Order: sequence, then C-alpha cells, then structure tokens
Amino acid sequence: MAESILAVEKLKEKFPNSILEVTTFCGEVTVGVSKGEIFEICKFLHSDPDLQFHLLTDLCGLDFFPQTPRFGIAYLLCSVKNSQRLRLKTRLGEEESIRSVESIWKVANWYEREVYDLFGIRFENHPDLRRILLWDGYDGYPLRKDYPAEGPDFDKPFVPEV
Amino acid sequence: MTINMGPQHPATHGVLRIVLELDGEVIVKAIPHIGHLHRGIEKLAETKTYHQSIPFTDRLDYTNAMGNNLAYVLAVEKLLGLEVPKRAQYLRVMMAELQRIAAHLIWLGTHVLDMGATTPIFYTFREREDILRIFEEVAGGRLTPTYLRIGGLSKDLPEGIEEKVKSFVRTFPDHMKEYETLLTKNVIWMQRTKGVGIISKEDAISWGVTGPTLRGSGVKYDVRKAFPYSSYEEFDFDIPIGSVGDVYDRYIVRLREMEWSNSIVEQALERLPKGPIIANDPRITLPPKDDVTKDIAALIRQFKIVCEGFKPPVGETYASVEASKGELGFYIVSDGSNRPFRFRIRTPSFANLSALPRMIEGSLIADVISTIGSIDIVLGEIDR
Repeated sequence: MAESILAVEKLKEKFPNSILEVTTFCGEVTVGVSKGEIFEICKFLHSDPDLQFHLLTDLCGLDFFPQTPRFGIAYLLCSVKNSQRLRLKTRLGEEESIRSVESIWKVANWYEREVYDLFGIRFENHPDLRRILLWDGYDGYPLRKDYPAEGPDFDKPFVPEV
Repeated sequence: MTINMGPQHPATHGVLRIVLELDGEVIVKAIPHIGHLHRGIEKLAETKTYHQSIPFTDRLDYTNAMGNNLAYVLAVEKLLGLEVPKRAQYLRVMMAELQRIAAHLIWLGTHVLDMGATTPIFYTFREREDILRIFEEVAGGRLTPTYLRIGGLSKDLPEGIEEKVKSFVRTFPDHMKEYETLLTKNVIWMQRTKGVGIISKEDAISWGVTGPTLRGSGVKYDVRKAFPYSSYEEFDFDIPIGSVGDVYDRYIVRLREMEWSNSIVEQALERLPKGPIIANDPRITLPPKDDVTKDIAALIRQFKIVCEGFKPPVGETYASVEASKGELGFYIVSDGSNRPFRFRIRTPSFANLSALPRMIEGSLIADVISTIGSIDIVLGEIDR
C-alpha cells in the first residue's frame, strides 16, 4: 500500500500533466493517466529502482459504449520485489490508437494482440499485431458492447445456395 | 523447412498449433497459434448474474476447478466487502490444495508420457482418482465440482470424509517416493530435461511467466505468500525454487510443491474450525438448502438471488490466487447492476505460453515436446 502511494507521488512529480485521477477502492490503487504519455509512464514505473514494477500481470481492454471516449485500457502492474500492485487506466476514442508497451514487458505482445482481436484497438509500434484468439478475416470485435452476445448470425440460419 | 505441430498432436495437451521453422533439426522460429478452444467466456459472463458465472470458471483450467472457483468468488467477495467464515476459508484452502496435487499429478503423468515413460501415469492417476472420489463425495462433481459459492461453500463436509482425506494425506508421501524412484535419478529422464527449455529470471518476468515455471527459474514469487488470501498466512509452508530454469528444475519445483500442498491439507484438517460454511447476508448469499424446502422466507430468498442476483457497488477489483499453473486472477468491473460490466480473466497459461518461443528457439524438435509439457499449459484457460 505504502509503496503504491510512493509510486503515485513519484508519478505526480514526474508527469504532472498526465496523471488525471487517483482512486482507491477495496485497497487497490488505480491511477487514471492520459494516453499520450502512457509509454513513458510505464517505462518509468518499470525502471525506477524504488518501484520496480517488472511484472505486467494483466493488460485488458474496456468498452464504455456509448460514452466518449469509448475505450479504456487497464494495465495491472506488479512489483515482485515489493509485493505491490498498481493499476493504470487510460481512455481512448474509437478511431484512436495507443502506443504499445511491448518493448518494456514482452508479455504485452500477446495481451495487446488480444485487445486488438476482441476490441479492435490498434497499438502503435507493435511488432506483430494480428488476431490471436479468433481467426484472420473474422468480422467484428466480440467484446465490444454493441456486439451481440449470441453472435451476429444467431437468427440467420446458413442456407447454402443451390 | 517449416513444419506444423498440432492442433491434433498428443503432446500439445489440447488444441495448440505451433508452426516451427527449422534448420535441420534446430528450431529457428516458433509461432504458436491459439484460439481453437475459444468459447467467449468473458463475453458470456457479462450477460449472467454473478452467481451464474461460477460454473464457467470450472471450465477454464479443467484440471484445477476448485482453484478457479476460489479466484472468482474471492474477486466478487472483495467487491462486496463480504467476510467469509473461518471454516469456509479453511475448507477452501484444503480443497484448493488437494486440487493442486491432482493437477500436478496429471501434469506429471502426461509430461513423462510425452517423453516415452509410460509407467508413471498409471501411478499418478491412481492417486488422482482418490482425490476425485473425495471431491465427488464433498461436492457431487469430479472434474467440475462447482463447490464454492459467493460468501462460502455449497455444503459442509459429508460424514466420514475427514477420515478419507487423512488416509490420503498419510499415504501420499510414500506415493511420492514411487514417482521419484521412477524419475528423479533416471538417466534418460535427466538427459531429456536437464539444460532443456531454459528461461532466465529476467526473461521469465518480462514474459509474464508465473507459477512453478517462474519459480523454476529461481524467482520466489507465489501469490499465496506475496498477497495472502483465504487465511493462507496462517499456514506453514515454503516456496520451492529452482536455479537453472530448465525443464528439470520445473519438475523438481512441482514435486516439492505437491509435498507442501499435502502438508497444507494436513494442517487445514487438524485446525479445521467449527462454525458456519457460508456468510449470512440475505441479500447476497444463498440460504441453506434444507431451509429452502421448509421455510417460505428462505424459498423467496433463494428465488430472488438466483433470478435477480445482487447489485455490488460501482467499482473495480482484481483478486488472484496461486492456481496450479500460476497466477490466476479475475478483474471485475461493476457498474452497479446485477451483471458484471467487464469480466476479465487473467490466466497463467496464456502468459506462460507466450514465453514458449523464447524457451525453444535454438533447441531441437524433441525438446519442444519436453518444454511444452514442463510449462503445463491447459488450452481451456488460454482460449477461455
């Protein structure tokens, strides 16, 4: 807890314009950041000797449809050395893309591919942005809120042309 | 040359396809393709109430159903701020650890079977059967018990089950010796596993690897110790770690983990507190099944909770457990309605598999088989 707050203080000092809000819920610290400096913020949290967030536990997308900006991305960081967690959250609009953090944490490669696959959010500088769970050529992004849970062709039975 | 391994290959432990680019027999590049088992559980859970999603979690890593249940209910309980009775916490620990032993036994049997040792699987499945029989009596299900409920457990232990668990705990160390006699000093086994599929500490962390695979590389990270849950801080156990980070180290780490799990089950059984097995919050937890058939108020409560569910406060939370494969976490975002706004599952096998190319590039094809076995993936939780 104390370390997470140390992380928040350091972030506020280093990136005064990019830290939008800090919330604590159920003992978990969430820092809302603007997407412009996300790469620099992640790089800082990863490399700072006091913080050492070396493990990217999770990276996932969120869809706030019909709000704008529509999408969000949550980064869950973990410091193995200090046993601390910190969540970063950022928002971006439908046509926007965000900088990839793959060069900081290698696991982000697959996580970002998954977000791209299921939400259609594009990542800049990603080395290999392909679909991961669904196949190439799949139409639509299933975890978007306007995508029906039963599938788009639920009531349209497939009838082969004769 | 490029060859395609899977998706129907017995050594890929499910439906995993790996495209291997080869130079002679040496792997130049490996590209895993996943998603063959994608069922859209994250999307599906957004349309269900919180109680209704528990059975989905059994079907993620189907060798570790109790642990999956636990991770999910912990996340929901954290969101609600619900206090779980001590007896339920201890029983959860006991079940999760028995399940870890069962999951590791599947891993051990199949992993060595991939490499041609056909005997150990008969031994490991014998002990796994004992655990599944215990689960069947306790919960009614073997592979997918769905034993946990939000706030506690579905039912208390049946009559006489404690004796069966005790007898399992007593005999298990001898069975461990049998496995070790077959493998630990076996020359063929050592040559197939030592120095194979190495991943360094730094790489393992960067690739998000958790669980025994990470500990095999010498990182002492275990969610049970780093972020204790469900009273794990009251149990006495150690975290075994390896040094080289090869297949053999991961093998040794899992064996020692089974011994510690066995000890945790014993401790839980010895110190099992008395009391209720589910929190009593009429808005959230299900009433005792006996009352439902006798008491109209309990019947109404059951009906309301099953049909409408409950409405947790607006917020987001992440809770994780040390599952048999690594850190399994649920990130749940609530918008105040009776269904989750976002239901994200952080599964260990997904991140562990992403490190597979790193482990096998530059090694021989035969080593791919032993490396896949050693990271112990389950495609059910990778594809979700």
